[in-house]
Amino acid sequence: MTFDLSLPSQLLQALTPELVLIGGAMVLMLFAAWRPESDAQQRRVGIAGIGVLLLTLALVIWFSLRDLHSGPGVIAVDGFRWVADVIFLLVALGTVALAIEYNGREAIWSGESHVLILFATSGMMILAAARDLMIVFLGIELMSISVYVLAGLNRRSVRAAEAAIKYFLLGAFATGFLLYGIALVYGATGSTSLPEIGRRIPEYVLYRQPMLLIGVGLLLVGFGFKVAVVPFHMWAPDVYEGAPTPTTAFMIAGVKAAAFATFLRVWIEAFGSIGFAWYVPIWWLAAFTMIVGNVVALAQRNIKRMLGYSSIVHSGYLLIAVAAGTRFGASAFLFYLFAYTLATFGAFAVVSAVAEPGERNLAITDYEGLWRVRPFLAVGMAVCMFALLGFPVFGGIGFFAKLYLLQAALASQNDLMTLAVLLVLTSVVSAGYYLHVVRVMFMKPRPEGAADPAPLGPITRVVLATTVALILVLGLLPGRLAKWTRDSRPTPPTALGATKAP
Amino acid sequence: MDAFLSAIRYNDWILPVLLVLPVAGAAGVLLHGWLAPRSEGNTPERVASQVKVMTLAYFIVEFVLSAGLWWSVDPNSAAWQAYVNVPWIPFWGARLTLGVDGIAMMLILLTTFLMPLVVLGGWTSVREKLHSYCALLLVLTTGMLGVFMSLDLLLFFVMWELMLVPMYLIIGVWGGQRRLYASLKFFLYTMLGSMLMLVAILYLAMTNSDTTGRPNFSYDYILSGSTMSPTVALWLFGAFFVAFAVKVPMWPFHTWLPDAHVEAPTAGSVILAAIMLKMGTFGFIRFALPLFPTAAMNETVRTIILTLAVIGIVYGALVAMVQPDFKKLVAYSSVSHLGFVMLGVFALTEQSVQGALIVNLSHGISTGALFLLVGMMYERRHSRLIEDYGGIAKVMPVFAVILSIVSMSSIGVPGTNGFVGEFLVLVGSFRTQPFFTIIASTAVIFAAVYLLWALQRIIYNPLSKPENRHLPDLNWREIGLLVPLIFAIFWIGVYPAPILEKTKAAATRLVERVERGTANAAAGLGSGR
Repeated sequence: MTFDLSLPSQLLQALTPELVLIGGAMVLMLFAAWRPESDAQQRRVGIAGIGVLLLTLALVIWFSLRDLHSGPGVIAVDGFRWVADVIFLLVALGTVALAIEYNGREAIWSGESHVLILFATSGMMILAAARDLMIVFLGIELMSISVYVLAGLNRRSVRAAEAAIKYFLLGAFATGFLLYGIALVYGATGSTSLPEIGRRIPEYVLYRQPMLLIGVGLLLVGFGFKVAVVPFHMWAPDVYEGAPTPTTAFMIAGVKAAAFATFLRVWIEAFGSIGFAWYVPIWWLAAFTMIVGNVVALAQRNIKRMLGYSSIVHSGYLLIAVAAGTRFGASAFLFYLFAYTLATFGAFAVVSAVAEPGERNLAITDYEGLWRVRPFLAVGMAVCMFALLGFPVFGGIGFFAKLYLLQAALASQNDLMTLAVLLVLTSVVSAGYYLHVVRVMFMKPRPEGAADPAPLGPITRVVLATTVALILVLGLLPGRLAKWTRDSRPTPPTALGATKAP
Repeated sequence: MDAFLSAIRYNDWILPVLLVLPVAGAAGVLLHGWLAPRSEGNTPERVASQVKVMTLAYFIVEFVLSAGLWWSVDPNSAAWQAYVNVPWIPFWGARLTLGVDGIAMMLILLTTFLMPLVVLGGWTSVREKLHSYCALLLVLTTGMLGVFMSLDLLLFFVMWELMLVPMYLIIGVWGGQRRLYASLKFFLYTMLGSMLMLVAILYLAMTNSDTTGRPNFSYDYILSGSTMSPTVALWLFGAFFVAFAVKVPMWPFHTWLPDAHVEAPTAGSVILAAIMLKMGTFGFIRFALPLFPTAAMNETVRTIILTLAVIGIVYGALVAMVQPDFKKLVAYSSVSHLGFVMLGVFALTEQSVQGALIVNLSHGISTGALFLLVGMMYERRHSRLIEDYGGIAKVMPVFAVILSIVSMSSIGVPGTNGFVGEFLVLVGSFRTQPFFTIIASTAVIFAAVYLLWALQRIIYNPLSKPENRHLPDLNWREIGLLVPLIFAIFWIGVYPAPILEKTKAAATRLVERVERGTANAAAGLGSGR
């Protein structure tokens, strides 16, 4: 069916999954405050949170299976939104699952932490749906403010406080860029609606309008901060290192994915016709991000920091999908995001399992000989590393993600051959740090007197086993997922014919 | 035999079974590692011998199954033999296409023939984490066989990379002193080469896409339909060249080889030298030459490659001569031998290509045997330095005899396998490339120098070191695993006709195809002007 978004009732219908999630989060907030803080209470809230997320996930999948479209309006109803939502919800599920056990270990007994994840997720879902710059802004704020708090959740940790304040200041700074960019684009085109902007640029011949170009540039800087591409990445490693481990996983996989999703939609739907203006800057951003990120990641000694740099590198890879500027690029982007999310999540499940209370045991040397004491943990981590490296079979789906991205680059009319070659060459560099982890785990002996990691909590175990199994199985049979993402490109609003009486 | 094989429809199922069996075996071995130590009354020794016997059994079954290819493959047919073609990822136009010709069949048989011997060779030297070791060997086998039988470029690439991780772990976990460095170097070199090949493969598949824009990775399709400008062909050939040249390895891409070969455990060295180096030359024969004939036969490119091959031949031999470490000597001799293969392939006459194939096979057998013998020496004396030995023919007579025979075959003494291949390469290449051939032929003398000199210092000379007085001679297991290799050495050396017969048609087709490709391109240029 086709939603007529000018009618409030149909708009609400089109937003059902978001509303369910936000409603559930509000109820949970009350529930969390109902009883005094305790480990049992945060566990209960966490499990209820998982329930709400599963319900939302089921709704999203149900929506995606029906043939839904929408008329012009502030939100989009298309496959791109549903696939992105599925990815966000999987990330949120994993985060809450890891956080339940992490919070117990670190004695963080505020159940609100789980609720904040739900709020942030609803912000992400709004971002995936947004078809209007104002809604983009709304989603970014809802998501970011929740995550600022999550980053500083551990009040006893100085590093977490530093991470939170750094993230907050730079996030606010980036939002400023975004907002000013939105204002200038509005000034130039007279609209905040993405398809409308896309239509007006050719219609009023605004291609070389300075106000528009400056606005686009500011938006690019704002998004660049949010997705952490070089040279706007400075905040990322510190924040990723200092924040509590599950929050870091959430930021690296979810927040970044959401910012990227809306970035991509804005670029394809609104600024598709002025590719000449943004193509070269994005090309250079991608190239710099791949080179700098990979080289700096080689020098990292802390596993969270290394994964932080690796996430910057993957932003660079994903920029290629943006630079391709096609709906084909959007499909490759979704597929890549899926693979990246799985691999990142698996890796963080291991990090969280190996770490000791007080965020200790996070140096890569702490993984020495892990294979000899915890073979499954080591093999799981190795699979995630190979997936991030984009290696076939052992890295499963990671390889096909890279293949799809390369294909999008080669298929684009913009000549991205050089960028594709740069991608594969820098991914050889990335073998240096991903393999380093494998090497430390498998080839070094366990140091004398090193304590065995504590046994895995059942939830962490499930998260790790599921992600690793998915990585490997999808690595042999990726066809279905690829088809699903191909059919889920951003689609322009359909004209309202039959539903609206003349 | 033929009737029996066709009665069981051997050709229909053999290739997939050969691929799946080792993986299933690996799963079985890991399952055993999970269950066996928990059951009552199982001592670690018993578990270890169980898993070794299990792995050996898998490899023997694999060899017996694959042996039927010798009869079932019709080498003269222009069609792929034992052809299997099923969809894999329709979305990407990738299929599970498997098939062999005479050349691939010989390499598959070499692989399945050597793997049981490799397991026997590492019988007592690997003690730690035995289950993982055996499982990795099995997975590695799937990768190697997959490379030889893939007719879909994406599948080929996946198999190509599949070999990398097991070998990386085998070197890195069970290797010698500098194993961390050697394994990483091996991984990075190979990956750098193959990543560029991936882009080239994808480019080929996309330029051959169907009307809906779905890429097509089928080797046959790309081979028949591909038209590209000479510049593009040159770039693509370059990408494939780097991947294969690293693997061969050609000078100057060879520097990973001495490290990896020396640090790897015996099984790793044997597999690397005997089978994995063949992937490089096989890649040239199967992919780089037929797909880009104009680029490969471009006068400049060809001269550069032949120069590198000849430099490799002479350089490898000279460096081998001064090695104090016997394992390193054998490793460098590989650089030299593989140079002969490259010379034969790029001289591109029927004889030289066939000679290259024989050198491929006999290098696999002789160098494999040499690495096994080095492993046996090392197990007894814990040293690979030539100077630590001397006169051990007196205490280890059987070992001395076998080492002499294998060295002779590696030198290329007439009557052994080494002679047949090198002779054919030199005779065949002389017709088109006399200059390079004359330089290459000097290496035959160098080979005699470095191996005979090493032989003299190891097994002859006075028995001056007291530690060497009580070295035990080879036991029955070791003799048993070397006998098939010695048999193969003399068989190919005395009566190579059956093998030449099996590979003749494939070699002829390669030469014709490349010549036709260059001729077509020349004609196209002529009419264009």
